[in-house]
Formats: sequence, structure tokens, C-alpha cells
Amino acid sequence: MTSDSHLEKMLEQGEFAVTSECGPPRGADAEVIKKKGELLKGTVDAINVTDNQTSVVRMSSFSSCILLKQMGIDATLQMVTRDRNRIAIQSDILGAAALGINNILCLSGDHQKFGDHATAKNVYDMDSVHLIQTVKHMRDEGKFLGGDELKGVPKLFIGAAANPFADPFESRVVRLAKKVAAGVQFIQTQCIFNLERFGQWMQLVRDRGLHEKVYILGGVTPMKSVGMANYMKKMVPGMDVPDELIARIKGVEKDKRAEEGVKIAIETIQQLKEMEGVRGVHIMAIEWEEMVPRIAQEAGLLPRPQVA
Amino acid sequence: MIIGEGKPIKEILAMIEDHSKILLAGCRGCVTVCCAGGEKEVGILSAAVSLARENQGKPIDIKEVSLERQCDPEYLEEIRSMVEDYEAILSIACGAGVQFLAETYRKTLIYPGINTNFIGVTQEQGVWTERCQSCGDCKLHLTGGICPITRCAKSLLNGPCGGSATGKCEVNPETDCGWQMIYDRFKELGCLDQMEVIIPINDWTTSRDGGPRKIIREDLKL
Repeated sequence: MTSDSHLEKMLEQGEFAVTSECGPPRGADAEVIKKKGELLKGTVDAINVTDNQTSVVRMSSFSSCILLKQMGIDATLQMVTRDRNRIAIQSDILGAAALGINNILCLSGDHQKFGDHATAKNVYDMDSVHLIQTVKHMRDEGKFLGGDELKGVPKLFIGAAANPFADPFESRVVRLAKKVAAGVQFIQTQCIFNLERFGQWMQLVRDRGLHEKVYILGGVTPMKSVGMANYMKKMVPGMDVPDELIARIKGVEKDKRAEEGVKIAIETIQQLKEMEGVRGVHIMAIEWEEMVPRIAQEAGLLPRPQVA
Repeated sequence: MIIGEGKPIKEILAMIEDHSKILLAGCRGCVTVCCAGGEKEVGILSAAVSLARENQGKPIDIKEVSLERQCDPEYLEEIRSMVEDYEAILSIACGAGVQFLAETYRKTLIYPGINTNFIGVTQEQGVWTERCQSCGDCKLHLTGGICPITRCAKSLLNGPCGGSATGKCEVNPETDCGWQMIYDRFKELGCLDQMEVIIPINDWTTSRDGGPRKIIREDLKL
């Protein structure tokens, strides 16, 4: 064990892990996070909190993670390199570890162009591969990037994202290999709607033996409506939503479409469980956290195993 | 070369609205090549400003000049005798030229007539695109001759990010993904294994982050 992470423990003991995530509120209301935490507690092994996703300003991932931690939930701090330089990043890593956050997800982040502050300057002092290296360096070498010794090392379980659906396809596994070489321990993938392409990517992952070096958690998102499916297909960069999936949701009566979306998510999880090298799922029910327990239940993921 | 483009005429008119006698200074360097601040543009801008001011009932006297370069002291000296006769200089050189004029003629108001955009190339007639952010530590040997700091919207040194789709950048569907281009180039060159190499975290001290930069060549100094 490299950390006190519950998620790391689950994975290390060979359990099929379940994680989820919640987006923080656009305001200072702690109740929003607490409510989402309540909905997910006991259903998942760890909860990610997004870091100003799509560059829309929200309550910080850091403080939201603390709120979850206070509820006894293993929280995963998402950190993007868009808004912080190496000084702020290392400082936040130390603070997070000191406050009992055990997991960190290293991301480059969505470009500010997509958000509500498009006129901002971005930072990108480092990229996500460097962020992985930074956390590992601090944890395992006990040093800052600048070379000075740390007094107390941050024991963090290091994660990152992978998008099997972005282009160029062959480079996606190469990028994963770079993240593994940098020291990443778990991967949460982009939402999987195209299982065929995901399967091809996993084959490349296995060909390189990467599935034995990193825990891969497949990303699953239930579609609420045809509108959401179309939006994700057209507007969200690097998202692969096949026409057949949209047709399937469209094919049922309007008031049953959300139900169909849930069904698809459950089927996806069941297929992912059978795929060699997939070690868990990351359920991202966007502003639909209340659906996660049901999805987990019907996908046969509950009750969560108790690990010592 | 340095690429610029003319400021909106409204903005220029607002800058110089209190003046009735100005020097309009073009530059025969980069901005001539990119058709933003050369002799031709001096003539066009001068005519436009004069016409607008006549329409406002506030005619303006504009003296048109074009310097060989505004980034060299010797060419700036050429206008010293006439500068005193004008209330202000409207320069349509790049930002370096405008500032060098201001440093040279400290008692004269200097206004910028163009926006300086980037270091780039003439992609085709009438189209210019960025190539270099002058980070001061060229890495093009590591990336197939394509600069990720400039061509990737996030300046990722280990791309492509998850937003790269069908060869385009998530930020703008008109923009090519820098890392897709690097990948394609490696593929063409038969060295895709280069994609596997982690380019380490960057030292930005040679970039603007080290403060305004200066190069001294002792061998060339007089």
C-alpha cells in the first residue's frame, strides 16, 4: 500500500472497484456536497470531486473533498494543471494529504474556452503526465520538484484519466503507457458508450501488458434523454456516442427513455466486468447521483465488500 | 516573422481624437510582409483617418513616413528632425517598434495602430498562422519539427489530450491538433517510438516567465 486509500485497498485485494463522482455547487452551500455524499455513501468505494469541470467556476474540489472526508467517505481530489503552477500544485498536494485526502486524479483539464470565464489566462506550467510525476516524486522521493526535502510526505494513491475514444486512436495507448511510466496507479476512463472501440483499446492495453501495471476503471454514464445523448455526441470533445445508442433510446416512449439509459449503463457495467484487465467501474451520473445506487445494485455491485 | 493586424479604425480615432497634427509611421520589416504596417498600409490608414476626421468636422494633418525598421536605432533617428513638429506618432510597426519609438522620443506621445499577434508564417495568400512562442529553449528536435508549446492550445508536452478528435483541437474545430500533427509526422518519418518518450516538466526561465529577456553578444559589441 502506498497510501491509506480505501480504493487502493479494494483494488489491491482484487475486488472489482466502484467509484463515482460529484460536481461541486456553484456557490458556497456545503449541503449540496453533503447531500450527494449521502446518496453515494456505501454504494461506492471512493468519490471523485471534479475540479472546475468544463472550466465553469464551482466550489473547489479540495474543499468539497474535505466535506466528503468528514462524512467518512474516501474522496478523490481531481486536480487540473490549467489553473495552478507547480508552486500551487505542490502546496495543494501537501494540504490535501494533511487533511486526509487519499486519492488524487491528475488531469490537464478542459480549456477555459468552454467555461464561464473564457477571457482567463491558463497556466499549463505542467501537463497531466508531469502532475503524476510530481505526486510520485513527492511521495516516494520525499522531495519537492525543486529538490528540497519534504517534512512529511503526502501518501496519495495516484490516478489519471484515459480517453480511448479520442484521436489518433493508436496514440491513446501510447499516452496511457507514458502515464504508467510516470507512476500512475489507477485510471478512470472517459465515458464508454462504444464498447466495441473500448474493447479494441483494451486489447492494445493488454498487448502491452499495461493492465498488469495499472488498475483500469471503465467510465460509465447513464443517458437521461435523447437530448443529452446528442449533446454529448456533438458538444463534448473526445466523446464517442454511436448512432445506434441514440436510436435505442429514441426507440422507446419519451417517459421511458431515462429508464432505457439506466438499462444501457447496467448492461455496459456487466460487459466491462467480463473484460480482462478492467478492474472496476467509475459511474459518472451527471447531476443524477441518486441513480448510482440503483445502477450499482442492478449491476450486481452491491453490497460493497468489506476489506480489512 | 512577426504577424500583426490593423486595429479597428474606431479605436485608432478614439486614441488620437485630441490631436490635429500627427506623424503616421510604418515599418518596412515584418509588418510590411504581412500587410499590416507597411508603406501601403500607411497610405490606406492615413486616408481613412483623414476622411473620418473631415466628416467629424475636425480635420487632421497627417505626415506619412515609412522606416526601414522601427526596431533599430539608426532608422528611428531618420525622423528626429521632424518629430518635434508633431503632437504624436501613430506607429503601425509591431509592439517592439512602437515601444522603441517611445523610448527614443520621450517627449512625444506614441500610439499603436496595429495589434501584434504572433510569430508565424504566411500559410497562403492572406492567411497567417502561428508557429513559435519564443520560449527560448527550442524542443523541435523532440517533436518532429512541430512545436507543442505553440500548436497545442494547452501547451502540453506529452499530448494529445482527450479532446483531440478527427485531427482537430477541442478549442476550435478549425484548428489542427498539434499532437495529432506530431503523431502524423513521426509516422511519416518512421519514428513513432518517439511518441513514447516523456518530455520532462519544462524550465520556463528562458521564456517570458524569467522576466523581460536580453541577449548580449560580446563578440558583436562595439
